Amino acid sequence: MKKETSISKASATKGYLTGKEIRAIAKANKREINRLEKYKNRRAKLSEFTSEMKNDGNILEIEDLHTYFFTEQGVVKAVNGVSFDVPKNATVGIVGESGCGKSVTSMSVMRLIQGPQGQIYSGSIRFSGAGDNEVYDIAKMPVHEIHRIRGKQIAMIFQEPMTSLNPVFTIGQQLDEVSFIHFPDVTEDDARAKSMEMLNLVGIAMPERVYKAFPHELSGGMRQRVMIAMALVGNPRLIIADEPTTALDVTIQAQILDLLRELKDKIDGSILLITHDLGIIAEMADYVVVMYAGRVIEKGTVEEIFHNPMHPYTIGLQRSKPTLDSDSDTLFNIPGNVPNPINMPDHCYFKERCDRCTAKCSGDYPDMIQVSPTHFVACHLWGKEEQNG
Amino acid sequence: MEELNKKNIPNGTEDTEAPLDKNIRLMSPTRMVVRRFFRSKLSILGLIMVIGLFLFSFVGPLVYTEWGETELDRSGTVEYAFAETTYTVNGTEYTVRQTIETNLTDNFLAPPSEEHILGTDDQGYDIFVRLMYGGRISLTVSFLAVFVITVFGTVLGGIAGYFGGVIDNVIMRVCDVLICLPGIPILLIISTILTASDIDAKYRIYLLMIYLTLFSWPGTARLVRGQILSLREQEYMVAAEAMGYSTSRKIFKHLVPNVMPQLIVQMSLSLGSMILYEATLSYLGLGVQAPYAAWGTMINIISTNNDILQNHLNVWVPAGVCIVIAVLGLNFVGDGLRDALDPKARR
Amino acid sequence: MLKYILKRLAYCVLILLGVSLIIYFLIRLMPVDFIQSKIDAINQGGATVSEETVNAMYEMYGLGDNSFSGIMRGYVNWLGALAQFDLGTSFVYGIPVVDVIIEHMGISFIIALIATVFEFLIAIPLGITAATHQYKLRDYVVTILVMIGISLPSFFFGQMLKNLLSLKLGWFPASGLVDATSDYGFWGLMGQYVSHMFIPILTIVILSIGARMRMTRTNMLEVMNSDYIRTARAKGLKESKVINKHAFRNTLIPLVTSLAGLLPSLFSGAIITEQVFDLPGIGNIALDAMNRGDIPFIMGYNMFLALLSVLGVLLADLMYAVVDPRVKLE
Repeated sequence: MKKETSISKASATKGYLTGKEIRAIAKANKREINRLEKYKNRRAKLSEFTSEMKNDGNILEIEDLHTYFFTEQGVVKAVNGVSFDVPKNATVGIVGESGCGKSVTSMSVMRLIQGPQGQIYSGSIRFSGAGDNEVYDIAKMPVHEIHRIRGKQIAMIFQEPMTSLNPVFTIGQQLDEVSFIHFPDVTEDDARAKSMEMLNLVGIAMPERVYKAFPHELSGGMRQRVMIAMALVGNPRLIIADEPTTALDVTIQAQILDLLRELKDKIDGSILLITHDLGIIAEMADYVVVMYAGRVIEKGTVEEIFHNPMHPYTIGLQRSKPTLDSDSDTLFNIPGNVPNPINMPDHCYFKERCDRCTAKCSGDYPDMIQVSPTHFVACHLWGKEEQNG
Repeated sequence: MEELNKKNIPNGTEDTEAPLDKNIRLMSPTRMVVRRFFRSKLSILGLIMVIGLFLFSFVGPLVYTEWGETELDRSGTVEYAFAETTYTVNGTEYTVRQTIETNLTDNFLAPPSEEHILGTDDQGYDIFVRLMYGGRISLTVSFLAVFVITVFGTVLGGIAGYFGGVIDNVIMRVCDVLICLPGIPILLIISTILTASDIDAKYRIYLLMIYLTLFSWPGTARLVRGQILSLREQEYMVAAEAMGYSTSRKIFKHLVPNVMPQLIVQMSLSLGSMILYEATLSYLGLGVQAPYAAWGTMINIISTNNDILQNHLNVWVPAGVCIVIAVLGLNFVGDGLRDALDPKARR
Repeated sequence: MLKYILKRLAYCVLILLGVSLIIYFLIRLMPVDFIQSKIDAINQGGATVSEETVNAMYEMYGLGDNSFSGIMRGYVNWLGALAQFDLGTSFVYGIPVVDVIIEHMGISFIIALIATVFEFLIAIPLGITAATHQYKLRDYVVTILVMIGISLPSFFFGQMLKNLLSLKLGWFPASGLVDATSDYGFWGLMGQYVSHMFIPILTIVILSIGARMRMTRTNMLEVMNSDYIRTARAKGLKESKVINKHAFRNTLIPLVTSLAGLLPSLFSGAIITEQVFDLPGIGNIALDAMNRGDIPFIMGYNMFLALLSVLGVLLADLMYAVVDPRVKLE
């Protein structure tokens, strides 16, 4: 009798952490967070965070980036060794399910990860600046130097246009502010002229009125246009668009995407586009990075990914896209969910959901395998063949 | 590893869950709240303060029985005075020497000593013992008042929020009126009424607090109503509606548990302010009356007696410290609970 | 806008009706012979409550007639007088209650105004520091200090300060508004006021900072987590500017609104503090009136407070529309 109750108690607490484990986690978290915060707030010389690009054709090189969230339940490795490049004048799309770490990657580039739990743990984000030919390693920059990059070199468009504008300032004030930050000797009239120009550029019909309006007086699509205009004021080299159309309805989506495509040519820069919508990727991107559970599982040019997908996950993603010419009545879906990112196993994260598992899949996490000069995949299926062939 | 997986899969009851998730162990919700609460050193400190005061007030008098609440120390000292009177009778002077013996029956304003840990007050009562009895009254009255306010507020706010329409309108308008009533001045009137109707000094504070609850429930009622209104918009309530659950099931199984966290926080924070209220009333001489003790009553004396204010700190400072400890402790606990129960809490 | 305000004013009148009903019936709960005994006590104390005043009061409130129609008639009479701002004649002072209130309101108002200014000036920066350094040492120190402030009973803390700063150290006078010496020049009088009001104001400020600081902190934390702060950072603003311009401007909304809500406390007097320092403010006068059974004053004072708090709520709502561009009054 007594034994039974103890067993049922054990099974009731199974799946939950014990007090001892929780304390251990908290202690470890505190140590790590303090170390990383200290590193972030340090005073550093310029030489400490300047670097060299591996390829001068790139504007952004992310290498082995790890961004962790230190939670009470354990360390969430939201970005776990991500590497990819953004070439000059190109659009790179990051695609993946919700929670795969694509937004965290883009936030890491802007250094907007919410501390103290969220921290860039290791890796480098090299960015070649516009004017001064300096290459900064954003991941190593101290906090007080970040403003060299933000807004002027790299601008960001967020997912929620409804809440991303400050409700108590007019659109004009918020646009002008960017000029005042980045061009210290600009006059008020110049700033205003620049803001007007940008509002015109993003296709706002009555810029005069929008300039004087408060954010709540505009529709969602208008607000997203304003956000884009705001991103453009600083003449950035790279625009990061984090699901820019998710919160908008379909017709507006198309307009915003057209706008982004036009703008890329006008500003002579690159775009890093984050989305879960393969259609958008196919339309907009030159290069595609497919992410799964905090890792890049496949990357290549848009043709390679769409015509020759190699990772079972990429294949599954494409099959789950609705098409008009398929005979099937039901949509394909990949069974299961993205694994919870605490205590990730050593083997391939997709293994449990994969329909093409081999014995090797229970082994180590697969390495990145180069298939073509631009096409990379992390899957044992191909590694084996390549070894054989 | 593979073997383990094979074993687990047939046994696993939740087939829908991805097997990877089975490796993950999270914190149970209760443990999460408890942990969040105890992570803050201030909550622990607050808890210790509150529990300490409770033990002091309720267990203390059972352990320390040297003096009673209304027991005077009659071991007063005897004072001798000498007087000399001179009479002249028929040209002869007679001098009469007289010794006057005054027996000070009450040992009042004694300094702290072994006999009286904190000394005695101006009446000759033992201060340490009266602190304990005062704590009993102050804590009991405040807890009762908050409890009654919460019950009133929850029921009325719940009714208003759940049924809406005319009922809601009437209850909320009553709330508006009651919130506009000035607190202490109204209690002053009520206290005068109580004085006029000859209420036993012992029960006076309870009656006063009952009146106080009649005017204080609107805050809780508004909170509960707001919560219920927002909960009613939630999908799971629509689902409950669609399932045809009975009203009482909807209220007690679905709505009440969701309002509880806010209610608990509100209760612990208003306990502190209720203790302050009670102390203020007693200080003004409206609450607990002599010979009974309450913390506020024990400080009352200094509003008229400058000598005690300046020279006999042991008479009034301990009571004030007790009030501060009680209120501070409850505020710390309330704050800790708020952080622990807040689902949005980061860190 | 105008229509909205008129509608709200009408609603205020309705609430005041409710309040007056409660106050009237509370007063009617007092036994008449008790009131008479109080009047006698006042008469014995030297002042004279003229027969006329007492009769006027009996008439005004319909006291003595306990039939239902008598009570109702009394209430309607009183309301009628209220509508003309006639609150009756104070027993203790022998002048109309309105005059008593106006006479003693000034001192309470000055004390409350100065205290409120300091409260905001100190509490807002503290709240912002605590929020921007959340869970750090600075946050804990500030939080603990203001928590102690919140937890202090005003009478206890006031007496402590009085004991220490004036009785022990002799830096400030202990009570009253001016020393009992003859005439001062204008500046001398001002100096007297300042030195006498210093400790009371200090008491009020220390006790009230806590709530304001915590309000600032909570709002600031909420604002700092919002999307537009992320946008501001992404623009390249320095952190100090993000906090002091973008976050602060949003935190200000509830703070300014709460300022309007403070209206009642500016005029109503701090009863306990004024009692402790024996200041001739409206609060202390009211306390005295209650103890001496000055019925007309008690009723008038309570109605005055209710009027203030009704107006405070209305003003806070109007203020919202001024500070927050999203709020439109209709």
